[in-house]
Amino acid sequence: MGLALEHAIPFAVGHELIRRKRDELTLVGPISDVLFDQLVGADLVDRIRAAWIGNASAGSGYCFRRAVESGALDVEDHSNLSLAMALHAGSLGVSYLPTRSLLGSDLLSEESPFRETECPFTGEQQVLVPAIEPDWAVVHAQRADRYGDAHCWGSLGVTEQAVGAADRVLVTCEELVEPSAIKSDPDRVVVARDQVDAVVECPLGAHPSPLTGYYRRDHEAYFSYHDRTETPEGYSEWADEWVYGVDREEYVDRVDSELRDLEKTVAAEVRYGR
Amino acid sequence: MDAEYTSRELMVTTAANEIRDDECAFVGMRLPLLAYQVAVSTHAPNALAVFENGTIRDAPSSKLIYTMGDLAHLDRSVSTTGMLDIMGRLQRGDVDVGFIGGAEIDRYGNLNTTQVRAGDRTIRLPGSGGACDISVLSDRTVIIMPHESRRFVESVTYRTSPGHGDGGDWREERGLRGGGPDALITTKGVFCFRDGELTLRSVHPGVTVEEIRDTIPWNLETVGDDGSVETTPEPTATELEYVREFDPDGFWTR
Repeated sequence: MGLALEHAIPFAVGHELIRRKRDELTLVGPISDVLFDQLVGADLVDRIRAAWIGNASAGSGYCFRRAVESGALDVEDHSNLSLAMALHAGSLGVSYLPTRSLLGSDLLSEESPFRETECPFTGEQQVLVPAIEPDWAVVHAQRADRYGDAHCWGSLGVTEQAVGAADRVLVTCEELVEPSAIKSDPDRVVVARDQVDAVVECPLGAHPSPLTGYYRRDHEAYFSYHDRTETPEGYSEWADEWVYGVDREEYVDRVDSELRDLEKTVAAEVRYGR
Repeated sequence: MDAEYTSRELMVTTAANEIRDDECAFVGMRLPLLAYQVAVSTHAPNALAVFENGTIRDAPSSKLIYTMGDLAHLDRSVSTTGMLDIMGRLQRGDVDVGFIGGAEIDRYGNLNTTQVRAGDRTIRLPGSGGACDISVLSDRTVIIMPHESRRFVESVTYRTSPGHGDGGDWREERGLRGGGPDALITTKGVFCFRDGELTLRSVHPGVTVEEIRDTIPWNLETVGDDGSVETTPEPTATELEYVREFDPDGFWTR
């Protein structure tokens, strides 16, 4: 989750996981802004394999920090590149890929999954990054059709690699559209139907993260989450208000409508022809 | 502090001058992003900025940016590709200068953003993000951090982003592709690295060498053999105008 970094994070899915108390989770992502922290706060996570876990506006995530310091959470520390390569290896169907990053860093510690080795061709030092094949990848797309073909735009981060590496893919989208709309621009299809197990229309499904063309980032929500979750009691109050105490309709009503009031910018027409 | 500009504004304009024209800079957010925006608006009009989410920019964005996923950052960018594309450029050696920060730094510019000790307690921090990759693979890195004595340590608790290791030719011996830290910019001064060791290059106006030495747990060398250092150039009026245009409410710089 959080495959496009700070953009298009599937918060609605994360909150539903919290409501359903799906526990013993291993979370995988480069960063996920505060979504990982929210799942950790709900005590659902055993392990995180990620490059950065916190709050992109305010720095640390208090729930994450508490869980690591109490020994309740196992962290496999990655860099952005090692995480992207682990998923890329998974998507290519190979067991590892080599990188020139990580050398000389404590990310290469003995407990880490990485191996330092010599390149058999050049003799240079390199690091082998083992593949990660998640059970699920969750993508929040701008629009998708009923078959699961999905259009995504704005920066993609590791979306394509994660979708390729995962056993199953869940797509949530702002708008469920006719297949003809998706087929009008096949270049924009980032997830195709054969990769997708379920598709759900879920307006504002990425809030408080931003979604290109639909809504801006709700910066205030991140600062407020940070201030409120300094204690476990504060987290509970936050979760009561924003997760347990709302259904989707109420959630959407509660979000500041100004975030969706975008100055419209439109791409040049794309023509295909036949 | 000088009434005409803040120490953070000075950090931004100093960092901007570390970006040369035609360079490709791995920027990140906050002060380095503002530094890129100032640089491309003044002396480095052909500099490109790349970001790990996949964004490439050749010009400042239309609004203040908090994260690289903000719509104003993606809008009118040169390209919004993916992480492997950007990190691939970095790994190939196409990034000239990368900006990173840290909670702790040691005398060889190794940085820690993973965990720090406070008494008996180990405090967990967010981790590397792209910092480890940038530190290993950029042609050179520029480190930006607030000047606080607790951040300068003999040896970092955890080496998230390798600098010059143990000094000397450590990077070359270990097979690290990039050149490592070239400068450190703090709220008090600017440092360079000599034989891989942090060396004071200039003090910001109003700051003394002694004041900086008091915050550092080893015997800090200075660029001049007689212990003298220069004063960091103040922001020009044009540079300051740009900083305030890009950060109008002073969110990052006041």
